[in-house]
Amino acid sequence: MLKRAQALFLRLLSPAIALAMAGGVSAESTARQLNMPQGVTEVSQAAYDIHMIMMWICTVIGIAVFGFMFYVMYAHRKSRGAVAANFHENHVVELIWTIVPALILIVMAIPATTALLKVYDTENADIDIKVTGYQWKWQYEYIGEGVKFMSELRTSQDEIYGRAPKGEHYLREVTEPLVIPTGKKVRFLITGNDVIHSWWVPDFGVKRDAVPGLFTAAWAKTDVPGTYVGECTELCGIGHAFMPVVVEVKPEAEYNEWLAGKKEEAALYASTIGKEWTFDELMVRGEDVYERSCAGCHQSDGKGIAGVFPALKDSPIALGVKEGHIAVLIDGVAGTSMQSFADQLSEVDIAAVVHYERNAWGNDVGDVTQPLDVLNYKQNQ
Amino acid sequence: MAQGPATLADGWGKYLSRWLFTTNHKDIGTLYLWFSFAMFIMGGAFAMVIRAELFQPGMQLIKPEFFNQMTTMHGLVMVFGAIMPAFVGLANWMIPMMIGAPDMALPRMNNLSFWILPFAFAILTSTLFMEGGGPNFGWTFYAPLSTTYAPDTVNYFIFGVHIMGASSIMGSINIIATVMNMRAPGMTYMKMPMFVWTWVITAFLLVAVMPVLAGAVTMMLMDINFGTSFFDAAGGGDPVLFQHIFWFFGHPEVYIIILPAFGVVSHIIPTFSRKPLFGYSSMVYATAAIAFLSFVVWAHHMFTVGMPIAGELYFMYATMLIAVPTGVKVFNWITTMYRGSLTYETPMLFSIAFVILFTFGGFTGMMLSIAAADMQYHDTYFVVAHFHYVMVAGAVFSGTAAVYYWLPKWCGKMYNETMGKVQFWIAFIGFNITFMPQHFLGLAGMPRRYADYGLQFADWNMVSSIGAFMYGGAQILFLFNVIRTIGWGEPTKDPKVWEGAEGLEWTLPTPAPYHTFAKPPKIK
Amino acid sequence: MSVRSGNGPLLAKLIALAAAMFLFAIFVLPPLYDLFCEITGIGGKTDGAYTAVSVEVDTSREIEVQFVATKNATMPWDFYPLEERVIVHPGESRAVAFYAQNRTGQDMVGQAIPNVLPNNAADYFHKTECFCFNNQPLLAGETAELELVFIVDPDLPASVNTVTLSYTMFDITDRTKVQISQVQ
Repeated sequence: MLKRAQALFLRLLSPAIALAMAGGVSAESTARQLNMPQGVTEVSQAAYDIHMIMMWICTVIGIAVFGFMFYVMYAHRKSRGAVAANFHENHVVELIWTIVPALILIVMAIPATTALLKVYDTENADIDIKVTGYQWKWQYEYIGEGVKFMSELRTSQDEIYGRAPKGEHYLREVTEPLVIPTGKKVRFLITGNDVIHSWWVPDFGVKRDAVPGLFTAAWAKTDVPGTYVGECTELCGIGHAFMPVVVEVKPEAEYNEWLAGKKEEAALYASTIGKEWTFDELMVRGEDVYERSCAGCHQSDGKGIAGVFPALKDSPIALGVKEGHIAVLIDGVAGTSMQSFADQLSEVDIAAVVHYERNAWGNDVGDVTQPLDVLNYKQNQ
Repeated sequence: MAQGPATLADGWGKYLSRWLFTTNHKDIGTLYLWFSFAMFIMGGAFAMVIRAELFQPGMQLIKPEFFNQMTTMHGLVMVFGAIMPAFVGLANWMIPMMIGAPDMALPRMNNLSFWILPFAFAILTSTLFMEGGGPNFGWTFYAPLSTTYAPDTVNYFIFGVHIMGASSIMGSINIIATVMNMRAPGMTYMKMPMFVWTWVITAFLLVAVMPVLAGAVTMMLMDINFGTSFFDAAGGGDPVLFQHIFWFFGHPEVYIIILPAFGVVSHIIPTFSRKPLFGYSSMVYATAAIAFLSFVVWAHHMFTVGMPIAGELYFMYATMLIAVPTGVKVFNWITTMYRGSLTYETPMLFSIAFVILFTFGGFTGMMLSIAAADMQYHDTYFVVAHFHYVMVAGAVFSGTAAVYYWLPKWCGKMYNETMGKVQFWIAFIGFNITFMPQHFLGLAGMPRRYADYGLQFADWNMVSSIGAFMYGGAQILFLFNVIRTIGWGEPTKDPKVWEGAEGLEWTLPTPAPYHTFAKPPKIK
Repeated sequence: MSVRSGNGPLLAKLIALAAAMFLFAIFVLPPLYDLFCEITGIGGKTDGAYTAVSVEVDTSREIEVQFVATKNATMPWDFYPLEERVIVHPGESRAVAFYAQNRTGQDMVGQAIPNVLPNNAADYFHKTECFCFNNQPLLAGETAELELVFIVDPDLPASVNTVTLSYTMFDITDRTKVQISQVQ
């Protein structure tokens, strides 16, 4: 315990401080960071600059005021023989220390205003991306391109609950990152699907609430390729800490290639729908989907949480008719946290997870659910 | 009545009746103070659960759903159960004595104001044991997380908030009526002690904004149970409306928390400087200015919600303005010490720490007011650090100072000064170890209300948790010192207790008799 | 000297203040907020139906209008704009449509809630006909093309070149006890 504390102490006081004070840049170097990142956009730089200005002004004022106070505490001690004076008013001094701070505020207000104007400059974007906050993942849609996908935490429940060692990117990895190009102004149109979330990428200086029923806008433009990690910053339920934002900025040519690839994927997708999957293939894929998208509430052992999230093990729905089981995932259950997964999981993934739920934990229904079954349910209503 | 109040020697029946039915401001003050301390311990226990879970990355002790209940209950209990009742308790004890009045204006309503509080908190706390768990949507309970997606116990939460609100409103009405109508002859408003001034202003704030909170939870109740759509976009409502209404209450609320704390410090510093408070009238005007400004800055809690730029700029400027009257107060306290004759008994130590640490919190507040930078601070640990500096090192330290300062007057016994100083240092150091690193966590990117976090945040979280346990330990020592003093303390020799103490309350015998100022004194 | 008699008027005033603030919160703040949003266009809220007044079409200016559709929570319908962006001149009346399909086995009712970005454009975006003015009943499996007719006001601030109109479709089946009739 003591050794650990010592190691901790040394790590914290390492020369990293000097580096950190200058403002670290990318997400990966936040190890023992003490300060806000400068980030890679004009907005993040403006936020950093005004933050440093304010910090220095406050530091100078603090040193002056507390310095004076410590002097008084030392010099005017009774034990040093100080005798109390009796004055209790001085209009000149009081006027000065009312006016001077007001003037300092006016000085602060000017850069504060220009910085905010930058934050709000969402006009004339090159690319529009709709960002939707879900409990507990993000959906990204490239408006006008027909590309849409979910971005969910990839860290396993095992790592979170200490059953497996934590990976290097613990809680900073997602199934599919948002990808944007360098050199283009990207506008984010942000909304919430269920409760209020908030989309934050510190290195972009972007944070905007995702409110259901309305849209908010933010923008970013950077020339620095890299991977930038952000967080959900509005309490949204049990998965609030488990829905990170990961953005990959690629040089324009690579981005265009990626986008073309995504469009091709949509076409390729059709062929996997028609495929006949085996029992075991579906179990493997289903377990993967389950751990990612269902275990957070229904738990890895399928037992749920009494009174909050129903058990799937021995559940009448999982043991019942296949259609009824598929229906719960496609339609959701109104008035509960069980959302519709129709837009979040592909037909393949829904079929796989339904199959897994019907056959895991001793449920052993024995049937097989194909992606085509799910597609049929969706279309033949 | 010649006989004094019932004691244990009179039997349990009479003793309990005394406490249940008392209309005496001293008894009611005592009830509020013990209640608030019990709530402080309970809220502190919730904090210990939070910090224990956050000691390391990963979920080791509790599940995220319980974590969210802990953060919510910690906030609710500390704000509504610990800090506010503590200062109401101080008000009850001290205001009548400070203005030369025999009791509060409405003694029976005073009793009711107190006794509904344990009832409200019993209901609120019991939700933790109900199916579905207690409130888990943060003490700020934004819709729709707190409406459409709330656990079944949300109705108990609303009921509890209504009752606490009623208690505060009644208490404030009582304070205003007492101060306006029962001052001793000759005590004009500008001769009132600072603690009375800050409480009167606070009471007006309370009467104005607690009903707005009641309105917010009523609208919530209607959305949840009666199909209305105040905060539901589907029915034509707006979740952002909730935030405006809540913070219209919420911002004045934080000034309600701090103004009485300012008042306490304005008594203690002059006493231990042996010098009158510097700038009495500007202190009064500054307090009034802060209170007025507190009504028009609420949306600085909502800078990321997508307000149009004109609104955002206005709220930024208005918020920055509050620094001016607050600065005036800080300068006045320091100038009171300047060329005084200073000693550093425990109340003075806490008060000096208040001035330094509250001002530090004020600096981070200034930084937060800058909307463009707030894009990076909002909803992160930077905010958590800020408000703990102003609420704990601010209000709680001031409340602790007040107890050490006035306890001898209340019970006629002196606390152990060495133990007091030790308790101060453990609290001071523990507090800073807990909350200073949280600034770094916020700047590095850790959001608030997070049950788990990435590995890059591990080190500072561990440090913060260690500090939290140290700070918690300091509170146990405080409790021990208080009980020891009341039971076995050294009797005070001088009714004035403190050499530099001034004010009507110090002219009374120590301990203060059950009934004081039956006949009002004449003020010169 | 009775203190109690002196308290009466003060008490009455304070209780009245508390009651007034409560009623203010419930009955004044929400409509005030809505009015304020309407007047300033804050929050992207748009007005109700607009009666077209004849305005000169400003052919010198082109405005891109984008359409974004999204669904809330458990809303299982298919819902998307048939045209994702159009170019219009301010003053020109234009019609577009959104596709909606109720994919479930139950009759449902939806409500689309509009939102305009940027906020300062909301006041200048007029809808003469919009499916968002009424709720949308759809029988099980039914599809519909939902119409929107709009005009961008020529007074739209010069700094705005792109207006984004988004709709969030909510499931209000439980709220509405109306008879569901066939959508025309």
